[in-house]
Amino acid sequence: MTDFLAALREHIPALLVIVPLLAAVIIPFSPAPLRRRGAAVSLLANAAALALASALAWEVFRLGRVSYRFGGWAPPWGIEYAVDPLAAVMLLLVAFVAFAASVYSGAAASGEITAEKLPYYQSASLLFVSGLSGMVITGDIFNLYVFIEIASLAGYALVASGRRRDALVAGFNYLILGTIAATFILLGIGYLYMASGTLNIADLRERLPHIYHTKTVLTAFAFLIVGFSIKTALFPLHIWLPDAYTYAPSPVSALMAATGTKVGIYAMIRVIFTVFKPEFNASVVPMKAILIVLSSAAIIYGAAMAIAQKDIKRMLAYSSVSQIGYIILGAAVASQHSLTGSLLHMINHALMKACLFMCAGLMLMSTGAEKVADLRGAGRRMPLTMAAFTAAALSMTGIPPTLGFVSKWHIGLGAVEAGYWAVVPVILGGSLLTGIYFWRVIEPAYFGAPPQSGHKNAEGGAPRWALAPALALAALGTLLGLAAHTPAVGAARAAAELLGR
Amino acid sequence: MIETIAGKYNYWIYISLMMIGFYAIIAKGNLVKKIIGVNIFQTAVFLFYISISKVRGGTAPILWDKAVLYDNPLPHVLILTAIVVSVSTTAVALAMITRIYKEYGSIEEDKILKSRRENL
Repeated sequence: MTDFLAALREHIPALLVIVPLLAAVIIPFSPAPLRRRGAAVSLLANAAALALASALAWEVFRLGRVSYRFGGWAPPWGIEYAVDPLAAVMLLLVAFVAFAASVYSGAAASGEITAEKLPYYQSASLLFVSGLSGMVITGDIFNLYVFIEIASLAGYALVASGRRRDALVAGFNYLILGTIAATFILLGIGYLYMASGTLNIADLRERLPHIYHTKTVLTAFAFLIVGFSIKTALFPLHIWLPDAYTYAPSPVSALMAATGTKVGIYAMIRVIFTVFKPEFNASVVPMKAILIVLSSAAIIYGAAMAIAQKDIKRMLAYSSVSQIGYIILGAAVASQHSLTGSLLHMINHALMKACLFMCAGLMLMSTGAEKVADLRGAGRRMPLTMAAFTAAALSMTGIPPTLGFVSKWHIGLGAVEAGYWAVVPVILGGSLLTGIYFWRVIEPAYFGAPPQSGHKNAEGGAPRWALAPALALAALGTLLGLAAHTPAVGAARAAAELLGR
Repeated sequence: MIETIAGKYNYWIYISLMMIGFYAIIAKGNLVKKIIGVNIFQTAVFLFYISISKVRGGTAPILWDKAVLYDNPLPHVLILTAIVVSVSTTAVALAMITRIYKEYGSIEEDKILKSRRENL
């Protein structure tokens, strides 16, 4: 037994990817009685992944960086799985949100997805999670591409599984753009390999500085950044996102908005700060200026578009465009504080946007509300849903005791520290606009009179188990905001490590 | 001049194929033609990878007692993976197109857009 446990402990990094992958294959191909219990299998696999991610994080925080050799081949020849504290936290975040989303979808998915499609939906969402974990954990840049494609292919199918036929077109458009992005990334990797002769990220970091000024490396960097910008939906390459998140079933929107784009940004940060050293970004290419301008535009554009939306989910989708702008702004400024803020905002946005999309699904299930205008008096008709929604909205806006305030404060502080005064009004203005579009929902929900028919509590219309994860996420986000010291210190350490200090 | 054009012709083909694929994705209204464009676009990248694996005077990377120099086999292996990915992408896309055809009765982009607008 102890032998088995020791072997298990050694292989945690591989198991973290393999467990959801295996479950994804088992569900659609198993006999009918088991297939009908796909939700339970998926829940079990996600719980196992969460346990593995926690064990791995515990090990990384106690003993430092974990390196796993796939098949026993030593890096840089073999494929390496490398877990540093930042990767451990991201893995934990992905596993946690995936677990919450699988609890939610176990109760709520049947409302938005037909019964015969359910096993395939569960299989695709497990594949998606497996791909994302792989993207975070891998220390090999070609392996990164493969995991991007696993996650993306599952993502296209998930978006297209929405109940309206528009979901198909949204999924198809996402597929075209996503494939262009992934092919750009593949091309960038090819140029890196051509110039350096290695695919291992740690090895690339050592070899590249000698050839920073060659055209090959510059081309590689350009292709990688454009590819990741499409994947993370950075303005103006965000056009696939609003349709995809609006028409996808709400458990899918919650999972994808929370983890998909965040892991994309994580991979982009890895490329900018780990594959290339920060000096490259600062001295060789004008990437910093370009990313700062684009992400500032994203903050304002996304928030302004969110104000104009009638559909709740579309409003949340545009809000994502705006918040992605904040995260990339912090990373682009690349000072100690701004990067800390960026990492914190990644956690904040992942937890809160998952919660918001779950609330949007709950509103649909309990009162059929899809438009902002349908939410008059919702505070009385679905008090718990609106409470979770409000808590998440406050954190998204950045009202003081929340995590959103801490992250935006750090991003602003970092911008001032690096001398970018011009982006401070953008940060504040973006927060103000965020406040406006959430107030448009919260004000009528609490202070508007409900329609004639709906004075009574309608929350019973939604399954109870769908409400629990939304409340848990809101509570966790609030708790992290109140005890913001611990995550802030951790993020500051990770930022210092990325900046090579 | 001649050297850069003729000596590196496979790279010029890669760039041309990529642009042809890109053009098809952007300009064609038929969803199947768009997917063909995506395929050409991906094929261009395969050609690029295979081109960088060539070693002057090298043979195919199969163990052989008469060979001294081998081409680099690693890009070949990478591209096998990428081809599998490309096939899967095409499969998912074609599955979506058949569903779109069932729902909208057309796979022409402008007709789909018109139908969406009418139902808004």
